[in-house]
Amino acid sequence: MSIVSSLGAGQDATLDALRTGRGGLKPCRFETVTLDTHIGEVAGLDGVRLPDRLAGYDCRNNRLAELALCQDGFDTAVAAARERYGAHRIGVLLGTSTSGILSAELAYRQRDKDTGALPSAFSFATTHSTGSLAEFVRVRLGLEGPAFVSSSACATTSKVFASAARMVAAGLCDAVVVGGADSLCLTTLYGFHSLELVSPTPCRPFDADRRGVSLGEGAGFALLERADPRPAPGTVHLLGAGESSDAHHMSTPHPEGLGARLAMERALTAAGLEPGDIDYVNLHGTATTYGDAAEDRAITGLFGTRTPVSSTKGYTGHTLGAAGIVEAIISVLTLRAGLIPGSPQTRTLDPALRSRYLQANETGRMDRVMTNSFGFGGSNSALVFGWAA
Amino acid sequence: MIRVFVEAVSLLGPGLAGWDEASAVLAGLRPYAPAPAVLTASPLLPPAERRRSVPTVRLAMAVGAEAMERAGRDPETVATVFASSSGDPDTLHTILETLASDEPEISPTRFHNSVHNAPAGYWSIATRSRQPSASLSSHDESFQAGLLEAVTQVATAGWTVALIAYDLPYPEPLNSVRPIAGAFGTALVLTPQPTGRSFARLDLTLDRTDMPATRMADAALEALRAGNPAGRALPLLGALARVASGDGAETVVLDLPPGSHLVLQVGPPC
Repeated sequence: MSIVSSLGAGQDATLDALRTGRGGLKPCRFETVTLDTHIGEVAGLDGVRLPDRLAGYDCRNNRLAELALCQDGFDTAVAAARERYGAHRIGVLLGTSTSGILSAELAYRQRDKDTGALPSAFSFATTHSTGSLAEFVRVRLGLEGPAFVSSSACATTSKVFASAARMVAAGLCDAVVVGGADSLCLTTLYGFHSLELVSPTPCRPFDADRRGVSLGEGAGFALLERADPRPAPGTVHLLGAGESSDAHHMSTPHPEGLGARLAMERALTAAGLEPGDIDYVNLHGTATTYGDAAEDRAITGLFGTRTPVSSTKGYTGHTLGAAGIVEAIISVLTLRAGLIPGSPQTRTLDPALRSRYLQANETGRMDRVMTNSFGFGGSNSALVFGWAA
Repeated sequence: MIRVFVEAVSLLGPGLAGWDEASAVLAGLRPYAPAPAVLTASPLLPPAERRRSVPTVRLAMAVGAEAMERAGRDPETVATVFASSSGDPDTLHTILETLASDEPEISPTRFHNSVHNAPAGYWSIATRSRQPSASLSSHDESFQAGLLEAVTQVATAGWTVALIAYDLPYPEPLNSVRPIAGAFGTALVLTPQPTGRSFARLDLTLDRTDMPATRMADAALEALRAGNPAGRALPLLGALARVASGDGAETVVLDLPPGSHLVLQVGPPC
């Protein structure tokens, strides 16, 4: 697995940031954006170059994906799997919310004054098109299995784990590259601003004075394979996945967190586990007033008030469509390291929230962790990871 | 090979207003007469959401509701897979125009309508369904992606699944760089076991041999198949129409680049 966020490129940079409390949020200087907010921008994307044969896919989102593919030996691990299974037996199921829409945003500024036409250099299919990410990564990794994008807003790169597990269970693939990328763009910055959900200060999940999200960008990938009946020591398994819909509102979660709780319950059922078996929950925790309150209701209703929980969005910002994979990988890293991450800007816990929310890091052995991802449209997903039995 | 059963099918497209009217055309029993599809806001939605609904939501909800009614299913109990090459085209165009202007403030409703899974969100609100819902995209192969996801959900999780595929043209200037023919949507209700409502079975295999994708005999329907990603479903719908009218099993081939095909044996349920 590989990861890139504003904390840096690779697992080591990510874990180091969590250990030392080094966050990735900085005042927004992105593009022409004039909003008073902090963002988690990935450094150096302008200098990332796609392989020459894939130059047509060049856009911020695919550059972010390329940067992640080059981390942590991921592309090498996939090449080995390709030898093992054959290119056509490895699927590519990825998530993104806005794909390469930044390319279209820039192209709309350069429309022909007379005809309104877009500049000829703009390539819709390879950049803006929602499916372009999966196509780019599939070609980049030399794979020929089923490849598509899941785009369920901020739950999407969590949901691809469930789709991939089903694809393997159905025998259509032997392994699946899951994950995805979501990059900064004007659409989401001004969009969240229009909903009055953007925090002027670095976001403070579960804080009494939380004032909304800090947007970020990120990418990550994992190679999901059928479980080995005799797994090597230290192997981490996806133990269960749960999905649900809120049936409530397009951009506000159910106030009682009913959909969130249902996703967590389904993940536990799929894993054959009880709430008490979970040692840590990495929350969706975006630092909106309503979102954190709803998730707190769902957590305390299901787990009570003793299970440690935290959101790592104070570090990375809300990476939107990438939040699922970024936080899935953070959850696995913390499981491996025995590190339960705190929450950098959270100073005064909201007394109305009852979860055991960690502000500072704790250490200790963990066996199983859960990670939550919820999105617009009331889309919810929860994953459980743990040591192979 | 993965086997699923079909309880209901629906569609809405140019000159194809619902299954009852269109199945004879698809079966080749009546001539095809294209006419623009009429999209109306779903009566299932609460008034506020009805006002806010955009063309993709209207199209997806119309075919979803028709399929659910034909299957006699309560949508609260049915998982959904939405498949489309794009988010709402009109909404995306308006947002892009606004962001390119000197006043880049976009409306909150327009923003939430821009997400690819907006139809899934509206569907869940309208039907009160808390079942799992996927929203997929794979450019011209978006229907095939949705079919793979839906069939694997049915086969491995044992869910009853509604696959809802839809695609609409963009306004200019995006239409010039990404032309999509007409507005077309279709939905299928799939189950793991035959039920009293099942009228067909689908046996799906992922095949690597060289074989051409099934085309439509009628030139105008073939143009819709080739020009609209959701229209890639038309050969399957044609086979379902013939099986529904008592014909025997037939094979439908859908492209799945690079080098693969979805081979569908479409036959009576047992």
